[in-house]
Formats: sequence, structure tokens, C-alpha cells
Amino acid sequence: MSKKTVLYDKHVEYGGKIVDFAGWQMPVNYGSQIEEHHQVRTDAGMFDVSHMTVIDLTGEDVKPFLQKLLANDVARLKAQGKALYSCMLNQDGGVIDDLIVYYLEDIWYRMVVNAATRDKDLAWIDQQSSGFDVEIKERSDLAMIAVQGPHAREKAIEVLPVDVVEAVSELDRFYGSQCGEWFVGRTGYTGEDGFEIMLPDSEAPSFWDGLAEAGVKPCGLGARDTLRLEAGMNLYGADMTESTTPLISGLGWTVAWEPEDRDFIGRAALERQREKGVAQKLVGLVLEEKGILRGHQRVVVDGVGEGETTSGTFSPTLKQSIAFARVPKQTGSHCQVEIRGKLLSARVVKPVFVRDGKAV
Amino acid sequence: MSEIPSELKYTKSHEWVRNEDDGTVTVGITDHAQELLGDLVYVELPEVGTEMAAEDAVCVVESVKAASDVYMPVSGEVVVVNSDLADAPETINDSPYDDGWLIKIKLSNPDEINDLMDADSYEAEIEED
Repeated sequence: MSKKTVLYDKHVEYGGKIVDFAGWQMPVNYGSQIEEHHQVRTDAGMFDVSHMTVIDLTGEDVKPFLQKLLANDVARLKAQGKALYSCMLNQDGGVIDDLIVYYLEDIWYRMVVNAATRDKDLAWIDQQSSGFDVEIKERSDLAMIAVQGPHAREKAIEVLPVDVVEAVSELDRFYGSQCGEWFVGRTGYTGEDGFEIMLPDSEAPSFWDGLAEAGVKPCGLGARDTLRLEAGMNLYGADMTESTTPLISGLGWTVAWEPEDRDFIGRAALERQREKGVAQKLVGLVLEEKGILRGHQRVVVDGVGEGETTSGTFSPTLKQSIAFARVPKQTGSHCQVEIRGKLLSARVVKPVFVRDGKAV
Repeated sequence: MSEIPSELKYTKSHEWVRNEDDGTVTVGITDHAQELLGDLVYVELPEVGTEMAAEDAVCVVESVKAASDVYMPVSGEVVVVNSDLADAPETINDSPYDDGWLIKIKLSNPDEINDLMDADSYEAEIEED
């Protein structure tokens, strides 16, 4: 049975084309994915991300628990509201999920994890929490709307409740603020400025209408994917999985090795991999010929070896095809990708293609 | 609702076929197909002179979302391709039945046209999807 977010009727009303995504009935676009993409790069768009899983962790042991659970270190979160991106690993160093965690109070952190991984994440977190004084509560009573784009914040501020506006108008990037039942983070998954706004289900439909009236256009999951790929942001299940570690997924920067005595889950496996030498890396590819890169295409690096694309698409900003690929460590500046039996030439780049509306 | 011109013939795999009454047909993908695919960003056309049987994959159209094969609705030789699409694949979204045509085929067996669906049957077919 497919689930619907509280905004489902709005998606239908606004002309959304509904598809199944991780068991949810979600809009893939509202007409043109490419127009929605440009809308976010140049102005402001909104995404219903209520299907994502919000988890509140509270209790005396919440900090030491998260220091064990996550590969990044929540001790880095010194200021109230600060957000941290992290992987949650299994004992082999494989990625169970990637997530954002906000530090709200010494005994209260909020995590946002993927929709597709909800069940296994909750089971894993619950299993690991034994022996810790920590309460784990899923916040399925909250809707979440991501408002993204260079004009996203000013347009959202026109519509947010007055007390929330006071709390968020001076919010720095990668911070969040709780205000009554609302929570606003200056975060996102598009490479643009903006807010991710959690609010009570009952208030979400009218807030959606208000944003639309302020000129924030509804955007579907299709544009969300091309935006995140251009921005060089990994997608769980494609660019990293339980059988890949952060070190071969372009996420080494999210692993906090210091302090050395912090024994997070997966640490020993990552240290072994690091000592042995990490054989692969995640890179960006720009296709130099016509065609479209997709996930799971064979990558050939002359004289070095082979790899595979993990996700790929047509970049509406660059008007070329781009991808992430896992390739041998020694890969230089060029490779070839096999598309329908033909080897096409591609440039190897850092996996960030667009930031704040501009080609990198 | 998708547009389904009554003068054209159709296949289950969402190609349309216009009989030019000179032994050739023009082929494209239907309005319904372009709606399903979303914004088209790449078209791979065959070489002129390619000979293929009905139901062989002859072109690839790719949207931002996915790649999709286009099949020969009838057997024959590809005699013209719409090379304008290389730089403007979105023409298929904007005008699937006119400027967005893909190829012209010289029929090797003219009777095969009679095996294709008419507009009413195609409409019934996509309503079942």
C-alpha cells in the first residue's frame, strides 16, 4: 500500500504527476522537470519532503549515543541549532544511511534520515541504543517542505508565522531553529540557499498555498535529483550503499577520526581499509560527446582499470550529461563510459558541478 | 488527456505511424509517450539505409529521467531521419506529431500497415495502462 503525505491533495491540485517513490505517492514533476530545475537555480521552488523520516533523540546519554552511532562527531556541534551531515555505518564500515543531525539541546538532537531506509534505520538505531539512556521518537506528525533557490528565504519569510520569522531571519547556513511546533533549517539538497521547514501536518497545506502565492513554484522529485547531482550531493542507495564505505564514496570528509578514542560503529573497518590503502574513489564525470550518463554504466580508464557510474543525468544547467562514478584511485583526467555498446569519452572532475546557480 | 489524431495508426509500444501513400510511412512517438517520459534531452537516430524488421529497436529517446527504445512499427528501410532533433530533442515534447517526427520508413511489406491499431484502439490501450 502506497502512503501519501499530508500534501498529496495539493500535489494533485497543482498538477503534479504522481509516481511511487519508496512506497510513497509523490510528484515527480508538475509539468516540466527542467523548468522546475531552472526555477530553483534562478528564483525559488518548493519540494514536499514530508516522506523523509524525522527522529527526535532525547535523554541524558543522547550525545555519547550519537558519538557511537554516527561516523561524524556530534561533539563538533557546539552552538545550539547547528546541523551536521553524517553517515551511519554498520560494523563493516558500509553505509546504512546518510543523514542530517541537528543539536537542539544537550539532551535533544533531531535527525532526518531517508524515506526508503526508514524501517531498517529505526530498527538499527533501536538495537544500538540498548544500555544508553536515550528515547527515540519518530516525528511522523510533522510535514516537511524544502524551499530552495536564491530568492527562497525572502519569499518564505513573507509567509512564515511572525514568531518563526523572528527566529529564522538571521539564521546562518547549516543552522536550524525550533520555534513552537515549527522547525526551520537553513539547509537543503540542491546546492542553493534556502530553508527546510518542518511544521505540524495540519498547517502544511495552507502554508504550501501561501508559498505558491508568494511565487515559490512546486517542484517534483525529478528536479530534486538533477539539482542534487549538479550540486555534488550523494544519493543513498545509488552513490553509496551498505556494501561501500564512505572512503570510496566521496564521503571521507564526513568521517571524524579525531578524537582517536571515539569508538564509533564501523571505525575499525574503516581504519583497516585506510591502512590497506583505499583502492577506489568517487569522481564526477562530464560527458564530452552526445548521450546521457546513467547509473551502472561501465567506466574504462586506459592503462588503469575499470569502474562504474553510480548515478547520472542530463544537467539542465550545463546542458551536458554528468555523473558520479566509482573508479580506480589512479584515474586521471579522462575516461570512457560504455553506453549501449559504444565507448564515449568523458572528463573526470571533482564531483561538484554547480554551486549557487553557477557552473563550477 | 493525451492527443490521439484519428488519421494516424499506432502501436502498443506508443509509436505513431502516418501513411504517406507513396510506399513510405513517417514514425514518431505519441503524445502519451512523451508525457510519460517527461523532458526529452537526447535522441539517438539510426543511419539512413538501415533495414530492420517490425518490432526491432530503431531509435533511443532519452528524457532527464530515463532512456527508452523506439521500435520499428513496420518492416522496411529507414530512408530519412529527422536530424533537427539532435540539437532540439525537446521538439518531441512540444510537437510529437509534427516537427517531432523521428524517421521515415520505406515499407518492405505494405500489408503490415493493416496490423497497426487505429486511434480508438490505441486510446483503449492506454486507458488500460
